[in-house]
Amino acid sequence: MKSPKALVVAAPGTNRDADVALALELAGATPQRVTPTELESNPRLLVEAEILVLAGGFSYGDNTGAGRLFALGLETHAGEKLRDFIASGKPVIGICNGFQALVRAGLLPGSQGRAALGHNTSGTFDCRWVELKPISKKCVWTRNLTANIECPIAHGEGRFVCDEDTVAILRAADSIAFTYVGQNPNGSVGDIAGICDESGVVLGLMPHPENHVLVRQNPRGRTTGLGLDLFRSGVRYATER
Amino acid sequence: MRDRIGTIENRISIRSIATDPRAKAAVHSSKTLQVKGVENVEISDLIWFDPPLDDEARATIAQFLVDPLLQRATWGIESSSASHTVEIAFLPGVTDSEAREVQRAASVLGIDVKAVATGRRYEIHGPVTAEGVAMLTRRLLANSVVERWAINDFVDPPIGVLASVPDPVARIPLGDDAALDALNRERAMALDAEELRVIRDYFSSLGRDPSDVELEMIAQTWSEHCAHKTFRARLFDEHGNELKSLLGRIKEATEKIDAEYVLSAFVGNAGIISYDGEYTLALKCETHNHPSAVEPFGGANTGVGGVIRDILGAAHDPIACTDILCFGPQNLHVDQLPEGSLHPQRIHDGVIAGVADYGNKIGLPTIAGAVLYDPGYVANPLVFAGCIGRSTLSAPSLSGPNVGDAVVVIGGRTGRDGIRGATFSSLTMDASTGEIAGASVQIGDPLTERLVMEVLSEARGLYTAITDCGAGGLSSAVGEMAEGIGARCELDLVPLKYSGLAAWEIWLSESQERMVLAATNPEPLRQLCLEKGVDFAVIGTFTGDNKLIVTASGEVVIDLDMNFLHDGRPQRQMEFVAPLARGREDVPKLKSSIVETLLQLLQHPNIASKASVVHRYDHEIGGATVVRPLSGSELDGHSDGTVWIDPRREAGFAIGIGVNPWFGLGDPEAMGWLVVDEAIRNSVCAGANPKKCSLLDNFSWGDPRDPIVLGQLSSTVDGMCAASLAFNAPFVSGKDSLNNAWTEADGSRSAIPPTLVVTAVSEIEARNVVTSGLKTPGNVLVLIGSTHAEFGGSHLGMILEDPRGVVPRIDEAAPSRYNRFHDAITKGLVRSAHDCAEGGLGVSIAEMCIGGRLGADITMLPTPDSVIGWFSESTGRIVVEVEPKDLREFQDTMGESVLVIGTVISDPTLKLLNDGSVAIADLLAAWQS
Repeated sequence: MKSPKALVVAAPGTNRDADVALALELAGATPQRVTPTELESNPRLLVEAEILVLAGGFSYGDNTGAGRLFALGLETHAGEKLRDFIASGKPVIGICNGFQALVRAGLLPGSQGRAALGHNTSGTFDCRWVELKPISKKCVWTRNLTANIECPIAHGEGRFVCDEDTVAILRAADSIAFTYVGQNPNGSVGDIAGICDESGVVLGLMPHPENHVLVRQNPRGRTTGLGLDLFRSGVRYATER
Repeated sequence: MRDRIGTIENRISIRSIATDPRAKAAVHSSKTLQVKGVENVEISDLIWFDPPLDDEARATIAQFLVDPLLQRATWGIESSSASHTVEIAFLPGVTDSEAREVQRAASVLGIDVKAVATGRRYEIHGPVTAEGVAMLTRRLLANSVVERWAINDFVDPPIGVLASVPDPVARIPLGDDAALDALNRERAMALDAEELRVIRDYFSSLGRDPSDVELEMIAQTWSEHCAHKTFRARLFDEHGNELKSLLGRIKEATEKIDAEYVLSAFVGNAGIISYDGEYTLALKCETHNHPSAVEPFGGANTGVGGVIRDILGAAHDPIACTDILCFGPQNLHVDQLPEGSLHPQRIHDGVIAGVADYGNKIGLPTIAGAVLYDPGYVANPLVFAGCIGRSTLSAPSLSGPNVGDAVVVIGGRTGRDGIRGATFSSLTMDASTGEIAGASVQIGDPLTERLVMEVLSEARGLYTAITDCGAGGLSSAVGEMAEGIGARCELDLVPLKYSGLAAWEIWLSESQERMVLAATNPEPLRQLCLEKGVDFAVIGTFTGDNKLIVTASGEVVIDLDMNFLHDGRPQRQMEFVAPLARGREDVPKLKSSIVETLLQLLQHPNIASKASVVHRYDHEIGGATVVRPLSGSELDGHSDGTVWIDPRREAGFAIGIGVNPWFGLGDPEAMGWLVVDEAIRNSVCAGANPKKCSLLDNFSWGDPRDPIVLGQLSSTVDGMCAASLAFNAPFVSGKDSLNNAWTEADGSRSAIPPTLVVTAVSEIEARNVVTSGLKTPGNVLVLIGSTHAEFGGSHLGMILEDPRGVVPRIDEAAPSRYNRFHDAITKGLVRSAHDCAEGGLGVSIAEMCIGGRLGADITMLPTPDSVIGWFSESTGRIVVEVEPKDLREFQDTMGESVLVIGTVISDPTLKLLNDGSVAIADLLAAWQS
């Protein structure tokens, strides 16, 4: 089976691009790191890629608010091509800062309402392991997941905020991708850790499944809950699509 | 006079809809500062634009900056019902990366903006007095080192400030000794009389006066911070006998050990070792104490940035950070605060935020550290920032600089920030330090350093030499690189943040995030920097005439012989008094039961959970952190060593930290040995191989011109070197921060406790990793190592306020014990392991119970006296969990008597032999209180 090409978009200050590249590789894809400007200067990139990943980090140092300049850069350099990519049904995932950028760019929750990622209720950056329950049967990244995923969060602005209408729409449309199990680490509405767009191909989540792709990365020595399963799911969808 | 109203009208205030966490912290901290009446605080972020924006531009920029689900914004003046307002802005020239990004966004959005500045506004509600607000502002909300403020008024942003005309280069006549002394103080050069005379003689032999640039450069190069004059000094004891220099002793131990894996020790920016076959590691730990005392966030922030640049300067890719922090008591009453000092809580919060900000944003895991509290650190906190980097054995070697190579500067631009930091670090502090040292503290910009790091990881082979621009700036970096070859530089070619800098300021500036490289052909490097958006400039050439010539607009401002600069400094001669003999073997008298005492120990800030600090740092990025600082079934137990293994490899390294200033107060020589032991023991407990262990030393000490203080230092170095030899573990790099002393308001002198931090980095195989939490009921608990009545510097002594007792004696059997223990781990015989350190065996077992959420039934103590058994801090001991079937083989492997002390039980209770029992939940509650 051919290994699908996955673009890992990294803006200045993105820093988990290498981690997600390893996850994609282990899941059977061929990752390639690109910058938002390269998406513009080399239009073939998005045409040839089967998967698009917005990696985590502190793009532009989180100045002006997490993900805002990343979103501005994406919109300026590749806005239309990005929407074409999504419209063609190719899977997209934004993790942490990538999720923040997708929300700021209006690609999540898309036409389902308005959302934002605010400062954690703790008021500080927080790095800890969490457990995620996959909810959406529509989302191409989560629909084959049968067990909960364990992985770390590492963010200061991860509190998912939206109005009541949007939550109701997201629930009704099966667009809630993940919820936190047990402790809600940042005060997110409805324990929401990740959402997908109406079509189910665009996933955004705050936690870092790319940091649990090997059994030895599990801090409790458990062999279950690998974040790798999420990437396998997305890669399989891209391959079989 | 600028149009102030115009500026105020042209600013946007953005505030959070939900309660701003900074506001909560401000209300809380006002109580610590005894400022009464603060009921509520509201905070807005301010952004000023120049020139004024029209309505359309305002709407566009607000749409970008303000998320209506999270924030509300106002242009111009906010109406407020607050009792007082405080507005804060940066001083001109201070790094404002937020403003830079707002400007970038404005430009993308098609809005033409000449200048942007950011600040914040506090609205304080409640019956607070004007004095209260002033105190709150000075002590908590703002920092005069980097900021200015206006109370109940509008603050002026640092934009539209006219560039000052730079001072011309001055030629400075060097007069008699009294004149030299005056000059030394006026320019804060921190040189001694002998050094000043040598400088005068040098210029007198040249028949000319030095320029101010030359004097500043010599003062920097010869500063304690850069030249390590004390560690290189000729030392004489009180009987007049000369001893080998401190640095000489450490190097001698490393040479004697002659480990095959040490590739470079005590040369350049970091120690370099080989590991896992084809890789090399660069190891470094730095101190950033004085800057953190006056500007905690910026000081710690740039401390982390600086040590990462040390690793970049060793041509390695940074992969992990460490931090060891020492603070004053967090509940210190404000009346006990020395004049001019920030409150320990403010320092604590600022330092931790500064470490987290830099490490998290640059994208390196902060994987190991320690936090200590002692009244001796109130006015002088300690920040030890470490970094580890990786490269490969096959990486191109650095042969330069070669004659004709370009002198290249990349990264941040040069400004007036960080002037004279090297000499500032070499002075002791007093009440006015915060003000006079203003220019020497900076705020870091991790984004710029991240990009520099990315450039350098792709630039191998494009340069022949590299070093970081740290203390002393270009003066230090170019001065060191040009040693033995010479260089010629033109200051007009250095990229500046703004105009108006004097020549000496450009040369000495410690602006962050800069690296200096030598490149035979700089073009490919220029191209790479262009792609990544990193500033690049060729500022000169390495010449081969062994002279340093620096020009400013063509005028020669430095013309120095490299030999004089580097070897002209007279070697210091210093006298010391050896410390007195150790105390007696007293055992403190408990004031309550064993259980109560154990709970008190678990609550002691040095022992209690550090989770609230650890979670602030990203320790997961890179996916290589296999044992985190927190471990166990609920991921809240303390780990001994932490472990880093590349996800694509099967071997990595474990980091162990040793630090115990309380031993140093009683017996400095013993401390030297004991902290080496502790660092190695921690890494061995995690499963690392003690035969492949490298060490870093970091000294933070008082004023070495005091013979008693120097005597403590000398004894500590002896103890540390003896341990290095006994464990066959070489030191590969180190750093000393001396002059951690200050003058109290009444003129008396105080100094920190003698603090040696040892970092052990030992190779580990993934299959050998062990953690400290208990694993399975029914397993046997075994104590290895011996226990004596040793309470000097102990935490039992601290909680009982009973300082009697002897500091633990060194355990010469420890090295072979750890080797055999490692054999037991490789045979798969060890389920969990935890060292006995602060608080002794009782605390160690309690922490293992907390880690595994399992009980332990202790049926045997190492000594008949239960106080000694539970709480002595004797060294060389590890509590080990072993399966019953493996016990015999474990005993055989250890080859010495091991003591079976109990079993792991499923009942969540710690049963303390004849001394009662305590629920794990109670242990946890005390430990997390």
